Amino acid sequence: MNIPNDLKYTLSHEWARLEADGSVTVGITDHAQELLGDMVFVENPVLGRQLKASEECAVVESVKAASDVYAPIAGEVIAANGDLEANPDLLNKDPYGAWLFKVKPADASDLNGLLDAAAYQSHVDSEAH
Amino acid sequence: MLASIGAADIEALFDEIPAGLRCPGLADIPEGESEMAVTRRAHELAALDGFYLNFIGAGAYEHHIPAAVWQIAGRGEYYTAYTPYQAEASQGTLQLIYEYQTMMTRLTGLDVSNASLYDGATALAEAVLMAVRASKGDVRRVLLPATVHPRYRAVVQTMVKNQGVELTTLPYDPVSGQTRLDALDDRRAAALVIPQPNFFGVLEPVDALTDWAHDHGLLAIALVNPMSLALLKAPGAWGAKGVDICVGDGQPLGIPLSSGGPYFGFMTCRQALVRQMPGRLVGATVDRDGRRGYVLTLQAREQHIRRAKATSNICSNQGLMVVAATLHMALLGPAGLNNVALASHGQTRALLDKLTAIDRVKRAFTSPFFHEAAVRVDGDVEAVLRALRAQGILGGYALGRDFPELADVILFCATETKTDGDLEQYAQQLARILSKRREAPPCAYKS
Repeated sequence: MNIPNDLKYTLSHEWARLEADGSVTVGITDHAQELLGDMVFVENPVLGRQLKASEECAVVESVKAASDVYAPIAGEVIAANGDLEANPDLLNKDPYGAWLFKVKPADASDLNGLLDAAAYQSHVDSEAH
Repeated sequence: MLASIGAADIEALFDEIPAGLRCPGLADIPEGESEMAVTRRAHELAALDGFYLNFIGAGAYEHHIPAAVWQIAGRGEYYTAYTPYQAEASQGTLQLIYEYQTMMTRLTGLDVSNASLYDGATALAEAVLMAVRASKGDVRRVLLPATVHPRYRAVVQTMVKNQGVELTTLPYDPVSGQTRLDALDDRRAAALVIPQPNFFGVLEPVDALTDWAHDHGLLAIALVNPMSLALLKAPGAWGAKGVDICVGDGQPLGIPLSSGGPYFGFMTCRQALVRQMPGRLVGATVDRDGRRGYVLTLQAREQHIRRAKATSNICSNQGLMVVAATLHMALLGPAGLNNVALASHGQTRALLDKLTAIDRVKRAFTSPFFHEAAVRVDGDVEAVLRALRAQGILGGYALGRDFPELADVILFCATETKTDGDLEQYAQQLARILSKRREAPPCAYKS
């Protein structure tokens, strides 16, 4: 299972990356896509929406389930990955390249409250038992 | 059975249900009877309905149903009340539903049809909720014309009121009978419901209403009589872009009136909205040998997967009604449906001419109509309808029951089932009743 060291993680299997411009990119982890299976549909939040931390804000639907995506941190939605509309399977092929949406964080230091790669790994391990 | 599950008696089995919630007994339910006695009693009760010449429409319409429809629908392969789940569904049933969906998308001119809903009223409520979901929950207001069937409006209100959806009633023009938009405030709304024909039988200016909705950022929801679509423009072609969702009651497509049900509701929509659509969907695919097969599809919307966030908790419904409707449409074909619709319109026109030729009867609304029309009667409408009934004629629906300002208006419907002689009989009886009423006190037409 691929858990890059340079990303932050949530208990609900989202990843978050602080970009050079101060925005935060959000996606779902390799583990999440593997659990869900072949992706068939992605519903992203509308641009401009103000997200609260842990708020339901997107839906990823696979052949066997539809799952909510939760905002890792609070902030305004400033971009959504339009490539996923026609090619939701990008989430399966490249979960850390195929991002869902970007937020302008209300407070970038909120990222410090998320899991690092090691903590996420042990969370996944504990869920497996 | 009680012994094997370890319950001493039936009381012990239900022991965990608190006494206060338990029904003390069924005192008014008689003892069981033999099949022969029950059959006889049922015939006696059925005879109380009488045999009337029916000119009431108002949401349920009498059409001829070819005998083959219910003969085939009653076959063991089809005979279940439910839309089956995947594990129970045979390829034959799935293919039939797929054909049904194809027919409904062609009739309404939209991309996708579900495998039906309970009835027209609940289908409309589902469309309202669907439109609110499509607006991402930001806009929780829907415009519902006063000319939508009063019972539908009540059902929609019941189903959406606890979900924080506000319904705004749009008034109608008293001369044309059509929905008015000019009285509308400029607060945002998620959707506009467009009835065609409306409850008065009147054809709405659907192109203008659809364009108005889209110009103001609303979804357009068509509420239609499916039989009318054999003659009228498909909702998918209304205005510049066509409506987004279309719903209605499927009863005119091969379902008998039978005292109000079961009927079935239908819903079609644009492809872009399919994930907000409630109900079952059957799709076509290929098996591992490349042969065509049919499956339930997009099930991630549904309650057994999506749980509390499902698009709807309507999944099982009167699937047998859909079987009948599919057979009915297949047996009639497009030309047959067109003939029925045309004949119904023709008979209603002819009856309107005959009725308005009577001195004290005038046409109520100026707008074009399909197979239902309204007339103003110079007299007590309820008493007139009672007098007609005494002559074996159900003359129509008193609009004053729902619209106090229309207390002198009768809404009537004449389908292809009515002969010219039937129309003449109605007109003669109405003329006689109204002339008697002028000359004599009210008791004169008690028979």
